[in-house]
Amino acid sequence: MSRDRHPLFMPLILVGGLIFGFGLGFSQMARPEVVLDFLQFEDFGLLFVMFGAAIVSGIAFAVMPRIRDSAPLTGDRYERRLKPFDRNVLIGGAIFGVGWGLSGICPGAAYASLGVGNVTILWALGGMFVGAYLQGRWRSQRVASNSDPTSAD
Amino acid sequence: MVVDPVPLQLAAELFPNGISRYAVGGLLVGLGAVVIYVGTGIPAGASTFLESTLSYVSDQPRFQRYVSSRDWRVVFTLGIILGALAFAATVQSGVITTSLYQPGTTGELYEVGGVTLWSTGVQPWRLFLGGILVGIGTRIGKGCTSGHGVCGVGSASKTSLVGVVTFLFVAIVTAQIVAALGVSP
Repeated sequence: MSRDRHPLFMPLILVGGLIFGFGLGFSQMARPEVVLDFLQFEDFGLLFVMFGAAIVSGIAFAVMPRIRDSAPLTGDRYERRLKPFDRNVLIGGAIFGVGWGLSGICPGAAYASLGVGNVTILWALGGMFVGAYLQGRWRSQRVASNSDPTSAD
Repeated sequence: MVVDPVPLQLAAELFPNGISRYAVGGLLVGLGAVVIYVGTGIPAGASTFLESTLSYVSDQPRFQRYVSSRDWRVVFTLGIILGALAFAATVQSGVITTSLYQPGTTGELYEVGGVTLWSTGVQPWRLFLGGILVGIGTRIGKGCTSGHGVCGVGSASKTSLVGVVTFLFVAIVTAQIVAALGVSP
């Protein structure tokens, strides 16, 4: 990313976040109860949220690289979100799954939950920072004591 | 024309709150990600905010890699909170009514300054313990429901598809066990 950011960069990020958060509120994903109902097979509506969003973003990911080389505000090339696969995806995904199934909350929905007035969600947000910090500390130390730096993703 | 009642009944059982609020909400979530992607080329996920924000207060090398993106991630997260607040002040408060939105009966509504706010009934220990695991898992697993689930699946990324299937399956098993143990809400 270029160091000299376009003056519209931050406003655009904010607008994107606003729409994103409004959608999370409207879809009820900001309510842990609704997510838990889905995971308990009592209401399958969450499928429409995830796949509805993925289809909309998927169209942009497929179309934009064909009609433009780079993004107007950053000059970055349009690329798809492709992350390398390793067992961390399975291990991390499983740990996330236990947390999601226990609490009914994931990061984006937790931020939105605060916005709809759910002050109790601060417990989850606090927990997320604790968890992110613990794994960061652990992985920083592991990389430091590891002679092979390429093992870090 | 007589409508076959079987599919309707099935839909009522699978989707007791209808599908419109979910579909409209999902399209908006996707649209938010698209606005950012079209302008900047960034496929935004929500969970990196945790690590990038920790870089302000911790000098662990793991967090320092996000120093260059931490400021816009704070703005993105602020946008999500304010967008949800805008939803609360309009649709949730009944200022804007639409047949596409079904309010639901979970949790508890309360009012502050004419804005109808909502609070969860899910117990704090579940939120805190779950939050810790979400914080660890999304960061080790390279993404969450928005990074893998929306942007990754939208990119037809095999890694993200595997990630989504993994956390979805484990979450379903976990939620079923927790419910079977009689924990509610």
